[in-house]
Amino acid sequence: MSTSTAQGARDHARAQGGTVVEAMPTLPASAWPAPPEGVAAADLTWAEVVAGGNYTTKVVARGTAIRLTDLAGDACAHVVVFNADQPWERLNVADTVKVPWQAYLGAGHPLLSDQGRVLATIVADGSGHHDALCGTSSRARNEARYGDGAAQGPSPAGRELLLLGALKHGLGPRDVPPTLSFFQGVRVGDEGALRFVGSAGAGASVVLRAELPLVVVIANVPHPLDPRAAYTCTALEVLAWRGAPTASGDPLWSATPESERAFLNTADYATARGI
Amino acid sequence: MMNAIAAPPAGAIVLDEVVPARAPWSSVVPAGHVLTIVDLGGNQAVDCLLYAADDTAERYSAPDTIAAQGSLFLTTGSVLLSCEGRPLMTVVADDVGRHDTIGGACSKESNTLRYGHHTRHQHACVENFLREGAKWGLGKRDLVSNINWYMNVPVEEDGTLGIVDGLSSPGLTLALRAEIDTLVLVSNCPQVNNPCNGFDPTPVRMIVTAA
Repeated sequence: MSTSTAQGARDHARAQGGTVVEAMPTLPASAWPAPPEGVAAADLTWAEVVAGGNYTTKVVARGTAIRLTDLAGDACAHVVVFNADQPWERLNVADTVKVPWQAYLGAGHPLLSDQGRVLATIVADGSGHHDALCGTSSRARNEARYGDGAAQGPSPAGRELLLLGALKHGLGPRDVPPTLSFFQGVRVGDEGALRFVGSAGAGASVVLRAELPLVVVIANVPHPLDPRAAYTCTALEVLAWRGAPTASGDPLWSATPESERAFLNTADYATARGI
Repeated sequence: MMNAIAAPPAGAIVLDEVVPARAPWSSVVPAGHVLTIVDLGGNQAVDCLLYAADDTAERYSAPDTIAAQGSLFLTTGSVLLSCEGRPLMTVVADDVGRHDTIGGACSKESNTLRYGHHTRHQHACVENFLREGAKWGLGKRDLVSNINWYMNVPVEEDGTLGIVDGLSSPGLTLALRAEIDTLVLVSNCPQVNNPCNGFDPTPVRMIVTAA
């Protein structure tokens, strides 16, 4: 097909439409072929597969359930969330481990903001291999480890990708805080030594519940402690559907005194804000 | 209050200040200079953030620092990395043995979660960081996971972590060598609801010496 004329170039471009690859968004999300059990296809709001070394971002409504799945066992989802109404309020990983008195992420763990509120809750966890301590990779680290760390190079750094995701919401380098990651675990040994424990295998999922309207940015890149010499990261599936935020009466609401006060603060904000 | 330390730092003293209990402090430490912090009263958490002085968008990164050293605790030899993986400062001396960088700073907001809403109007480190940082053009977006000098935060086998009784005592010091010109932002922690300050916030001394 000749692309020497505008018409030819147009035909060439249009002929590409309808191509299906593994890593791509599905639109509308309701067309996703396999909704989770109990979820109506019409309630799906985000369906996407993100390749290793890439990223995605979405603004989601309060109450949205976001399921991340490690399709082949070597995904690592580095996540940052912002309050969509005021993105200076964002994930605070220090409070996220300190307030629940727990360094390891799992079902029921709140992802806290710097304002004493719950941005999201882990409502289901089929992996147990996560990390809230080591953050993501920097460009310099990937240059040292793999020879390159640029966002569009062969071994993109997590921070480069998360920064791009943030930039697309009008944010910048000052807005990308320490992050947490799902599907590649780290454990703390004697004297604080960090031990990489890898993934739980193919097919593991976690489900997050958005407790406020969120800007979600996810980079799928190797964990910084992944010891393998080759840049190894496989596809991440992201599926989201409509739901409701955690309410009083939900066991999560009163699971701990700290959780209950965090949900109270969140509800107090939403009530005053009128959302 | 004992202001004496066993061995004064080597080099010409270019700054020597006492930070009162509960107060903030900041200074640019030029590359090659050494900042010595003295825990005058013992077990006084010194919350600390670092910024590249010529571009404060590049700042201390707790996760990059602990991932690079493969260990949670900061002590002699720890290289304090920026979010871009660049060394900002190096711990060159430490009388205590371990310091925290995963516990973050206390805030009025997080105090309500940890202790109850009756603490909402108590003093907190984030207030110090915000007010002192504003002098340098920093704001809310510039606050990230910090260092807590002299604070002890073990992680148990099941992941349980907490701020426990400190390991420091009056007069113990640590020293940080600036690898690049570094803005050091400090909150001399005012927290009274956990053991990080021995339930009694006290002053600390800051000494900067030239190479």
